[in-house]
Amino acid sequence: MNVQAWTFVMVGLSFAVYLGVAVWSRAKSTGEFYVAGAKVPPVLNGMATAADWMSAASFIGMAGLIAFMGRDGSAYLMGWTGGYVLLALLLAPYLRKFGKYTVPDFVGDRYYSQVARVVAVVCALFVSFTYVGGQMRGVGIVFSRFLNVDINNGVYIGMGIVFFYAVLGGMKGITYTQVAQYCVLIFAYLVPAIFISMMMTGIPIPQLGFGGELADGSGMYLLDRLDGLTRELGFSEYTAGTKGTLDVFFITAALMAGTAGLPHVIVRFYTVPKVRQARSSAGWALLFIALLYTTAPAVAAFARTNLLDTVTNAPYANVPEWFTNWEATGLLVFEDLNGDGLIQHTGAASSIPNELTIDNDIMVLANPEIARLPNWVVGLVAAGGLAAALSTAAGLLLVISTSVAHDLLKKTIWPSISERGELLTARIAAGFAVIVAGYFGINPPGYVAQVVAFAFGLAAASFFPAIVLGIFTKGTNKYGAIAGMVAGTTFTAWYLVYFTLAHPELNTADHWWFGVSPEGIGTVGMLINFAVAIGISLVTPAPPHHIQELVEEIRVPRGAGPGHEVTA
Amino acid sequence: MSQIGSRYKKEYWTRNLTYVGILLAIWFLVSYGFGILLVEPLNTIRVGGFQLGFWFAQQGSIYVFVILIFVYVKLMNRLDRAFDVDESEDAG
Repeated sequence: MNVQAWTFVMVGLSFAVYLGVAVWSRAKSTGEFYVAGAKVPPVLNGMATAADWMSAASFIGMAGLIAFMGRDGSAYLMGWTGGYVLLALLLAPYLRKFGKYTVPDFVGDRYYSQVARVVAVVCALFVSFTYVGGQMRGVGIVFSRFLNVDINNGVYIGMGIVFFYAVLGGMKGITYTQVAQYCVLIFAYLVPAIFISMMMTGIPIPQLGFGGELADGSGMYLLDRLDGLTRELGFSEYTAGTKGTLDVFFITAALMAGTAGLPHVIVRFYTVPKVRQARSSAGWALLFIALLYTTAPAVAAFARTNLLDTVTNAPYANVPEWFTNWEATGLLVFEDLNGDGLIQHTGAASSIPNELTIDNDIMVLANPEIARLPNWVVGLVAAGGLAAALSTAAGLLLVISTSVAHDLLKKTIWPSISERGELLTARIAAGFAVIVAGYFGINPPGYVAQVVAFAFGLAAASFFPAIVLGIFTKGTNKYGAIAGMVAGTTFTAWYLVYFTLAHPELNTADHWWFGVSPEGIGTVGMLINFAVAIGISLVTPAPPHHIQELVEEIRVPRGAGPGHEVTA
Repeated sequence: MSQIGSRYKKEYWTRNLTYVGILLAIWFLVSYGFGILLVEPLNTIRVGGFQLGFWFAQQGSIYVFVILIFVYVKLMNRLDRAFDVDESEDAG
């Protein structure tokens, strides 16, 4: 069978599984719709969190990003995993003890203020919509290349599937579908990685092959060979950094705090039965994530080495099939500048002009073909990419629909709405969110990984400080929290918009404040949030007594409710 | 909750904060320390094909993160039992 046929088989099979799971586990109450009745076992919740978390950016974008950035890409690896330590130690157990359904629930109750709740809802919607934009581009890329359909039709198909199980199944349906999607995506990621590691270094474990000797008999270490190749061709050396140390520091911090502040990740810890399981499921989640995140940098190094070996000075007339396939999508462009019929792929430091432009996002998808792996592996990778994008999109859609139905409608505008009415509103809101996500899929903004990085900056600058202060201090009051969130988010959004939308021509290290790039600015926003919240709380009245008792209460595990089960 | 004295509760919380403080110090050291601030000096040390700083930045820190969370889970479960605030008697 050819690649096309295998892709249809793999994608078709995996979709059939998701739909079957969705029908089997559909939600019957708001408790099941929002937090799966708080009955999810911790290991399964860990898997679901991992799938929820690992998006098209992780699966498709990240290894490609690292392949081209080399050591500078470390910020993404550490940032997107280290956040789970913050989540497990500072947030998850306390939020589970608090109970309820959403992040705005916590902010609204802890800061005894509807204004705080609404500010939190606005932040949640802002973050989720930014993030969902990145996912849909991933879906579009996979569909256009592997299913040979128009990108737009591909997005419509993906949206239809997500709509079906998110709207029908709510959190319960999503959780169990995500468990299935985790299995598909990790299998799809590891199989080609193991193949390639075997081929290049003779070591079947990619994490070790990464530091191993090449199998070509040269006795040279893979990373030394890659450093040599990149240096020769005028790129920056693979294991050397080009970004400023301060910038890498800030990007890493923004991604970590952002991870811990993302509403669709936090809400997963409301779904386990007990506080102690909220702690352990964060551990399981990170273990499952680490499986992919420690493989990714190995894949990145293999892919870059392979690519440079394959294309450098190769005659354009007999390039392999994958090359022409990706050219058709416009994500790989060759222009024979010197007319010699050979491909010159060079970096900025080389005197030979570069003739080949490669989009970061195709590296993982093209890798199995570059390494000439069997066709079924290529099909599997397409199914994995879709699993990653769809699972995250579904989790985000749920946050959006919960924010609208629960936080805005039930808790703010129309408290007397019936359970049935609330559930219906949640489903309509999910439907609406699917359409907005579809719009982003067809009109995609920027690179997958970078768009997603912005969502982290905003999450770091809004929720993370508000929640941490809400748990670890009793004195932070509503004035401080609201002012902090508004100041942090406004500053971060302004910096991002200024450098990426309003003045992209100024988006260079010379113009950045203290050399901090837009990706790292969330850290500054976070510090502003902390400073403003603490400062204002000191000069305004302390929180009422019952709020201080609530804080005491969430600090001990005993007495966590069995989840907020309400039957329709 | 009422059976737990406030001094007792305070001690539970202090112990928790101590654990969190120590674990986050390690978290900071392996990522921001070894992976970012000290990456160049550590890169002069080689382990197999890896430069040590590069290894911490792209591999080692992640392994340590996973271990840190499970250590915290273990410490807190023990602490919850010692202070009798664990959830074993809760239904559900």
